[in-house]
Amino acid sequence: MTGGMKLVRISDDALALACGADEVAAAFAAAGCIVERVSSWGMHWLEPLAEIDGQGFGPLLPEDVAAVLAGTSAKAIGPVEAHPFIARQQRFTFARAGKTRPLSLEDYAAHGGWQGLARAREIGPGATIAQVTESGLRGRGGAGFPAGIKWTTVAKASADRKYIVCNADEGDSATFADRMVMEGDPFMLVEGMAIAAHAVGAQKGYVYIRSEYPHAIAKMEAAVRASAHLVAPFELEVRVGAGAYVCGEETSLLNSLEGKRGEVRAKPPLPALEGLFGKPTVVNNVLTLAAVPWIMAHGAEAYAAVGFGRSKGTMPIQIAGNVKHGGLFEVGFGITLGELVNDIGGGTASGRPVRAVQVGGPLGAYHAPSDFHLPFDYEAFAAADGLIGHAGITVFDDTADMSRQARFAMEFCAAESCGKCTPCRIGSTRGVELIDRIRARSGRAPDKVEALPQMHNARKSERSLADEIVLLEDLCETMKFGSLCALGGFTPYPVLSALRNFPEDFGAAPAKEVAE
Amino acid sequence: MERLPQIIAAHAGREGPLLPILHDVQAEYGHVSEEAIRMIAQALNLSRAEVQGVASFYHDFQAEVDPRPVLKLCRAEACQARGVEALAAALPENGRVKVETVYCLGLCSVGPNAMVGSKVHARLDAAKLGALVEALA
Repeated sequence: MTGGMKLVRISDDALALACGADEVAAAFAAAGCIVERVSSWGMHWLEPLAEIDGQGFGPLLPEDVAAVLAGTSAKAIGPVEAHPFIARQQRFTFARAGKTRPLSLEDYAAHGGWQGLARAREIGPGATIAQVTESGLRGRGGAGFPAGIKWTTVAKASADRKYIVCNADEGDSATFADRMVMEGDPFMLVEGMAIAAHAVGAQKGYVYIRSEYPHAIAKMEAAVRASAHLVAPFELEVRVGAGAYVCGEETSLLNSLEGKRGEVRAKPPLPALEGLFGKPTVVNNVLTLAAVPWIMAHGAEAYAAVGFGRSKGTMPIQIAGNVKHGGLFEVGFGITLGELVNDIGGGTASGRPVRAVQVGGPLGAYHAPSDFHLPFDYEAFAAADGLIGHAGITVFDDTADMSRQARFAMEFCAAESCGKCTPCRIGSTRGVELIDRIRARSGRAPDKVEALPQMHNARKSERSLADEIVLLEDLCETMKFGSLCALGGFTPYPVLSALRNFPEDFGAAPAKEVAE
Repeated sequence: MERLPQIIAAHAGREGPLLPILHDVQAEYGHVSEEAIRMIAQALNLSRAEVQGVASFYHDFQAEVDPRPVLKLCRAEACQARGVEALAAALPENGRVKVETVYCLGLCSVGPNAMVGSKVHARLDAAKLGALVEALA
C-alpha cells in the first residue's frame, strides 16, 4: 500500500447497507481511500461504521467522510475492539465479526477457519460426535435439544443416504444472528455442516434460507461454490423458502424442501430417523452448526467451561426493538435480562421507561422489568413461564399497549398457521375475536344459535369481561397442549404473559393488587 | 409460456424440484398461472391439485399478476416497538404502489424497515417512507 492511501473497512452486511453503507463507502473511495468490505461488528446503532487503523467512526453519512479523514470527526468512537459493547462479550461464533471479508477464503483460513474440520477428519466421526456431546451444545433454534444426541441418533441409523439440513428460516422478529453468520462468515456455516456430515455419514446438505434474506442467499450461494472443493465429497446446496413463517419448524421445513406444502408432520417418526425424503436427517439451526467449528478447534472442554447450569457455552443474543444500543451480543449463558436491556442496551431509544421486553421472538413471553433478575438460561426462563428461543430480545417503552401486542400474537398465528391442526388454525382466529371484545370491554350476549332451546350446553347469560378473560386463558390452554408444533403451542406465551404481567391493559386489576 | 419447459428442465434433476421451479416461474411471469400449474404437474408427474396446493400455500407465489411496484414494509414486533404502526397508518393512499406487509427483514435493531426488490432501507420515518413510495410511483 502506498503512503497516503488509507485502508477503510466498512461492512457490507444487509443492515449496514440499509443504513447507507454503500454511499459512505463510495465517499471514502472518492476521497482516494482503499475500501475493504468486511462483516459487521454487530454494533448496529453505529452503522454505517468505518474502521481505519483500528479506530472506529459511526454512524456515518457521506458528508462526514472529510472530517473523518482530517481527524476532526465528532463521530470517532476510539478503538473498535476496545469499545465496551465488544470488550464485554465472549465471542466464539462471532470471533471473526468485523475482521474478515465474508467471501475471502484467504481471510477465513488466516483467522482460524477450517481447523475444526481438519481436527474432525483427524479424530474420526465417533470422536467428533463425542466432542459435540461433551461440549453441551444445545440446539440454538429455540428448543434447546442437545446436538450431540441428535447427531448420535442419525449416525446410528443405517441408510443408503443421509442429510444435513441447516434451518436458516430465521423468521422470528428480533432475531438476526443467523443472517449475520450467513452474510458475515458464510464459510463457518459450510465448515460446521461439513463437520456434521463427516460425523454422521451424510452425503448431502441443504441450507434452507428464507426469501426475505436476498443478501444472505447470495453470499451463501457464493460461499458454497467457492468452498465445494474443501468439503468434497460432501455436497451442499442452498434452497430458498417462499414466505411461510411456519417453515422454520423443522418438519414443515423438510416438507417444503421436498416440494410440498409447508405443513407440520406429526412426530414420531423423528427427522433424525425419517427426515428428508424419509432418510435420517440432522436438522440444526444456523447458530448450532456455526458453533461446531469453534468447539472442534478449541475442544469441548473450553466450550463447556462457559455458561450457566445446563446451558453451556455462549449465546449470540440479539438486542432489538426500542433500544438505544441494539445489536449482536455474544456472551456465556447466565447474564441477566436487566444487564442486557439496561447496561448493554442502554435502555430505550426513545428515552422513555422500559415497559415490556419480549424474549424469544413472536412466540416468546412479554416480561415486565420485575423479571430483570432472570439469568439467560433455558431452564430459568422456562421456570418463569417464558423461553429464550433464538435469543432475540425486543424492548418496548411505556407507550406499548400490551393487549394490542397479545392480539397481534394471535393475528400472526392466524396468518402463519399451516392449517393442519385445529387448535392453531381455528384457535388463533377465535383468539383475535376474543381479544378484540376484551379490548372493547364489550362482553358478549348469546347469539341466535346459542339461544335456541335445543342448544342445551350453550351458555344463556351474557359473558362479562371477567368471563371473557377466563375464556381466553382456557383457549390458550387448549392451544398450548393441543397444537402439533410450536406455532400454535407457543402463541399462548406472548398472550398469557401480556395478560398476567400487564392485566391493566385488559381492563383487569393491576398485577400487584391481584397478588395481595 | 415458451420459456416454461426450459425452467422445468433446468431443475428436473434436482431433489424436490417444485419450489425452485415455482420461484423461477413467479420471477419470469410475475405469477403462477393455471396454465403453468398444468404444465409443471405434467412434467413432474403430480396432480394439478398437488401443484396448486403448494403454489397457494406460500405467500411468495401469486395467482394473479400485479403490475404495481412493491414496497415490503416490516410490521413485526421489533418494528412495532420502533413505531411502524403509526407510520403505516399515516401513509397516504397511493394506488400505483403496492405496500405489502412482511414479518421481519432481520434488521430489528434499526427499524422501521422496508425492502424494495432486494434493496433494504432502515431507520424510516414518515418522510423517508413517503419518499420511498413516491420514488416507486
